[in-house]
Amino acid sequence: MTEDSKTPLLDQLEEGPWPSFVTEMKRAGEKNEMAKDLLHQLEKSYKNKIGYWKHGGIVGVRGYGGGVIGRYTELPEEFPAIAEFHTFRVNHPSGWFYTTDKLRQLCDVWDKHGSGLTNMHGATGDIILLGAPTDALQPCFDDLAEIDFDLGGSGSDMRTPSCCVGPGRCEFACVDTLDLLHDITNEFQDELHRPMFPYKSKIKISGCANDCVASVARSDFSVIGTWRDEIRMDPDEVANYADGNMDIQAEVVDLCPTGCIKWEAETKTLTIDNGECNRCMHCINLMPKALRPGKDQGATILVGGKAPIVHGALMAWVIVPFMKMEPPYDDFKDFIRTAWEWWDENGKMRERIGELINRLGMRAFLKAMDLPPVPQMISAPRANPYYFWDPEEVK
Amino acid sequence: MTRTDFGPPNYKEMLPPVIKENYGKWKYHERVKPGVLLHVGESGDELYTVRVGSGRLVSTDWIRDICGIAEKFCGGHLRFTSRHNLEFLVSEKEKLEPLIAHLKEEGYAVGGTGHSISNPVHTQGWIHCHTPATDASGIVKAVMDDLFEYFTDWKMPAHCRVSLACCLNMCGAVHCSDIAILGIHRKPPTIDHDIVRSKCEIPNVIAACPTGAIRPDPKAKSLTVTDEKCMYCGNCYTMCPGMPVADPVGDGISIWVGGKISSARTPPKFSRLAIPFLPNNPPRWPEVTDAVRNILETWASHANKHERMGEWIERVGWERFFSLTGIPFSVQLIDDFTLASDTYRSTPAFKW
Repeated sequence: MTEDSKTPLLDQLEEGPWPSFVTEMKRAGEKNEMAKDLLHQLEKSYKNKIGYWKHGGIVGVRGYGGGVIGRYTELPEEFPAIAEFHTFRVNHPSGWFYTTDKLRQLCDVWDKHGSGLTNMHGATGDIILLGAPTDALQPCFDDLAEIDFDLGGSGSDMRTPSCCVGPGRCEFACVDTLDLLHDITNEFQDELHRPMFPYKSKIKISGCANDCVASVARSDFSVIGTWRDEIRMDPDEVANYADGNMDIQAEVVDLCPTGCIKWEAETKTLTIDNGECNRCMHCINLMPKALRPGKDQGATILVGGKAPIVHGALMAWVIVPFMKMEPPYDDFKDFIRTAWEWWDENGKMRERIGELINRLGMRAFLKAMDLPPVPQMISAPRANPYYFWDPEEVK
Repeated sequence: MTRTDFGPPNYKEMLPPVIKENYGKWKYHERVKPGVLLHVGESGDELYTVRVGSGRLVSTDWIRDICGIAEKFCGGHLRFTSRHNLEFLVSEKEKLEPLIAHLKEEGYAVGGTGHSISNPVHTQGWIHCHTPATDASGIVKAVMDDLFEYFTDWKMPAHCRVSLACCLNMCGAVHCSDIAILGIHRKPPTIDHDIVRSKCEIPNVIAACPTGAIRPDPKAKSLTVTDEKCMYCGNCYTMCPGMPVADPVGDGISIWVGGKISSARTPPKFSRLAIPFLPNNPPRWPEVTDAVRNILETWASHANKHERMGEWIERVGWERFFSLTGIPFSVQLIDDFTLASDTYRSTPAFKW
């Protein structure tokens, strides 16, 4: 090994208890020139404190407009193996559940065509296959199709939706997140593979208000499971928590945001005024053996979540307080299609739906969606007198 | 012709038998010990989950390694979490302790459940992105080596989510995390007029600027930037390769605090700026790891049980957050973007 090919800075990141990505890059580099050059380019970045990837690059596979991220190094003479180093986004199965057979097939395909490096997973949810040359893209996709792995989204399309573990392993789930995800991903394959919108559009599904996929922050359409009836309670199990090491007054009752839960220590009686409960999940989180969501389950639909660019970060806000979520999910699909159509018709280039609603106003959006305004949509009414009337309303 | 539009593999074929049988019929769960969960079905069936930290950037050989473990202990089933951890799903209780012993022997990090620092959600950084102001994987490794005791044990009063994004695009949930590490630039873009002329759609670049700092330059058939209006977000470079903004001296890290996603107790919150700049100092970023540990431990030693970073700060006040952490308050922390006045204090009620 020459002096130049050493990686003294990155080697320091093989120390310490947390799993080392450098070790992984070196493992891949033992059998793959792309991974080796990637390691050495990264060492140069560490030395000079700057990245060496060129701006953009449009590549893809036949029939699709998204799913592959083109990437070229600025230093192809120095690092020829990563002159072209494109990424596949591969659509993950609902809830990131795998059999090892399936993962081994995926590894074999990726070792054949790409760098042998992956992200498990990308932030949106996809499996990231990190780095392949342009010529390898179509053959790699052909082989992925053989093992039933389709591509995910990128660009101005419906991105790969994702969901929490849901009823697969969580007693809090109020929506069959895994089934809904699989259903809509298949329903909207065209919108996923062929970018046709003003900008990206993300859907995320959480089974309850704990929001374990961060849908409220990271998706334009956030589906969060909830219920309309009473929290189910097992009084004996409540007493067991009290007999254990839980201070129910301090840890549960005093932290209830609406003060709707009361604890009678002497009789070990817990009472919930369900009409005042905002279903925040805290009491259920603390006493899962004793408390469960109600039986009349569905979802709240929130719209508009996004990162800061251009006009500031947005958290999705309530548009539909309650929607039943049962197969074939027609109400939800109609909702998404109507919203996309309004956005496609009115959105500027690279304008997220949340920004469009802010620009044209909730009035315009609710009218397009044919939805009534309800107080659940706001945290407070406006504090200024600058509001509009439709001339029709002033006759 | 390759078949298209067939979608992801069907999750139903990926579920372990115990999950198929108890699907949607789980009764409760327990946190057995750090990294280990027990879920019990209405049927009485038990499923143990062992959660393991991952660097997220992994080789195919690592995937094969974990497949081998899942085949030995879990009937060939595993899953990943929304924070990139790995989960082994154990339906035979007698295999639980041998699995944990095997994982520890092989150096895997068991943890990330309950009131722990779980895996930091992070991005591509210098490994694969063209717009970063810092690296992602390296800082996460440095921070998690430093905070490892918090991953493997329950030493905190509540959940604390650490996230990292390498530029203002904030891929991931950095804008709603208890502690967020964000790459920033501090110099306006340089303009290569030849590239702007040949490769950029000028109106779209102008529209991409949040502060209106970009104007057309008809003489040069290019663009001009009003430096005083530019806050270096880099969105023009995202749109136009002729406006590079990365700079080894200008670029670095900002630290944000107090965001949350869950609605438990209090509504979701945005993260707020706490430290406007720390230098990029690879490979170990000591200024960043020190800052994160200081914020984490100040919160952990003062917060009530179940009180997350943002909830604690709202209770004690931002003036107290800055005095307790010893972080200097600088003018960059005062918002001057849209709706800035929402963040001003319109009351004389505050602490000295």
